[in-house]
Amino acid sequence: MDSAQSFPPLVRVERVSKHFGEGEARVDALRDVSIDVHPGEVVALLGPSGSGKTTLLNVIGCILDPSDGAMELDGELVLEHGRWLRSDLRQLRLDKIGFIFQFHNLIPFLDATDNVALVLQLAGTDAQAARARALELLEYLEVGHRRNAMPAKLSGGEAQRVAIARALANRPRIILADEPTAALDSKRAGIVMDLLRKVAVEQQAAIIAVTHDEKIFDRFDRIFHLRDGRLLSEESASRRVGA
Amino acid sequence: MNLAYRDIRHNLFRFVLTCLGLGLLLGVVLAMIGIYKGLVVDALTIARSPDVNVWVVEANTRGPFAEASRIPGDTREAIARIAGVSSAGSITYQTVEAEHGGGKLRLYVIGSEPGRPGGPPEIVDGRHIGRSHYELVADRSSGLSLGARIRLGRNMFEVVGLTRHQVASGGDPAVFMTLLDAQKLQFELAPPAARVQMARGVGGASRDTVNAVVARLQPDASADAVAAAIHRWKHLAAITQEAQELILTRSLVDRARRQIGLFTTLLLIVSAVIIALIIYTMTMEKLKQIATLKLIGAADRTIIAMIVQQALALGFIGFAIGAALIVNIKDYFPRRVVLEVDNVMVLGLIVFAVCLIASGLGVRAALKVDPATALGG
Repeated sequence: MDSAQSFPPLVRVERVSKHFGEGEARVDALRDVSIDVHPGEVVALLGPSGSGKTTLLNVIGCILDPSDGAMELDGELVLEHGRWLRSDLRQLRLDKIGFIFQFHNLIPFLDATDNVALVLQLAGTDAQAARARALELLEYLEVGHRRNAMPAKLSGGEAQRVAIARALANRPRIILADEPTAALDSKRAGIVMDLLRKVAVEQQAAIIAVTHDEKIFDRFDRIFHLRDGRLLSEESASRRVGA
Repeated sequence: MNLAYRDIRHNLFRFVLTCLGLGLLLGVVLAMIGIYKGLVVDALTIARSPDVNVWVVEANTRGPFAEASRIPGDTREAIARIAGVSSAGSITYQTVEAEHGGGKLRLYVIGSEPGRPGGPPEIVDGRHIGRSHYELVADRSSGLSLGARIRLGRNMFEVVGLTRHQVASGGDPAVFMTLLDAQKLQFELAPPAARVQMARGVGGASRDTVNAVVARLQPDASADAVAAAIHRWKHLAAITQEAQELILTRSLVDRARRQIGLFTTLLLIVSAVIIALIIYTMTMEKLKQIATLKLIGAADRTIIAMIVQQALALGFIGFAIGAALIVNIKDYFPRRVVLEVDNVMVLGLIVFAVCLIASGLGVRAALKVDPATALGG
């Protein structure tokens, strides 16, 4: 057993299904998918378009209602028989989950520091403390020198690092990344993956990324292969090294 | 962190331009309201300036403004003796065109008896008419200055005093002169025409004719009772001040008033649609950001506040620009633009309501946004 897997999972997805439409028009986007992700792990959801990886990410991110299944996030059962057990999913996202997007999705009218501080203020942190924490995170992700830059003035790599800082702001233990390196070249993609690894190890977070980016496959601890809404296989780093 | 303010600051130039555009539009709406009010006020100004209670005019007419009226000059003495009348004055009204400063000048000439009702209400510069002949008190809007000389008819008049806001319902500036001068101007024939009339044997006809007699009543007297008493003379008609004002607003300027009123209403509707469109578009442009905000945990109230605050800021600044613009240029309009505080406030409230409703449309669209749309490029 991997050292990370000796801890209870931060994300436990059990037999989650999601279908859209009914009858002839029914599309099964997810069929009985179960995965566990442990603290310190960086895992990928991989599959062709329409395989269900983004649907799964949306369910884990509590922004899509599944049709069936159960889910635990950070030790809390939040979904059972396809029903959310909490009504305040927004607060759940704010407390437990950080998001990283393909195109960083920074708020264009806020500078780098305020983009990070915003998440903290939304969670109720006062402005001064939020700013201090934002600066600390930007320094941690080696983009502190760009603290006052507006998103439009940041390079792709810098913007993605600010986005990672924003995702980490509330110290979430689950980070969901949607194609985090798709808009970056190999070098910057490697830097971003190194940062995600650093975050996962140092903050004992679970990072789940949807990706098509072959150049970073070797950076994941495990890769979940999906096709037609089913989990086809799970590939671990040790197997890839062995192969 | 105020997201509305940050967004505005980030796109300041665009926001200011939008506010400026909206301000110009609201300025036009305010100007139209002012022109509308000005038309009504102008129509009533001359009728209100003598500060009287009853107008005595020719029988079966609604003179002297809505219809022509001619009554004998000695009517004033008869009216002054009616119980309840404290004072009476004869008045003539006519529009003349004169040469001044190398151009044509249309003037509304009011002839009255000095010391009796009907003269200029307030002198803002200079003095009242002191001589029996050839002195004028002119309204400032005529462009005539104190001491200026102008030929009216066959005589030269000197401006000895200035009034303000004394214009006829058509917008022509008023000039006041003695009744004798006004009668001469209105009724005296040119020498060739006078000779023809003399030859016909009618040249000696009296020109002691006036357009109306105005009567000021004692405090305890009833205008209706005095009017009823005057009606007993079959050749005269009496109109109370209230009825005279009604004639002016309902009859004389009614079409113009309704035309401007309708146009102002249309302009207001167009403004409301444009405000709604601007605010809705501003929101729709931010849907991706709103989805991101929702995904990272922003409460609905945070998003609603951002949209509503921006909408209100736009409306408030646009309205302030429009109001400031019109307040500063209203005196350059050829006719009076009357901006009354309650009218301005009503427009302000309408703009506020439109902004709220328009932001409601934006809020509705924003709240419908699925946070998942922030994912996947």
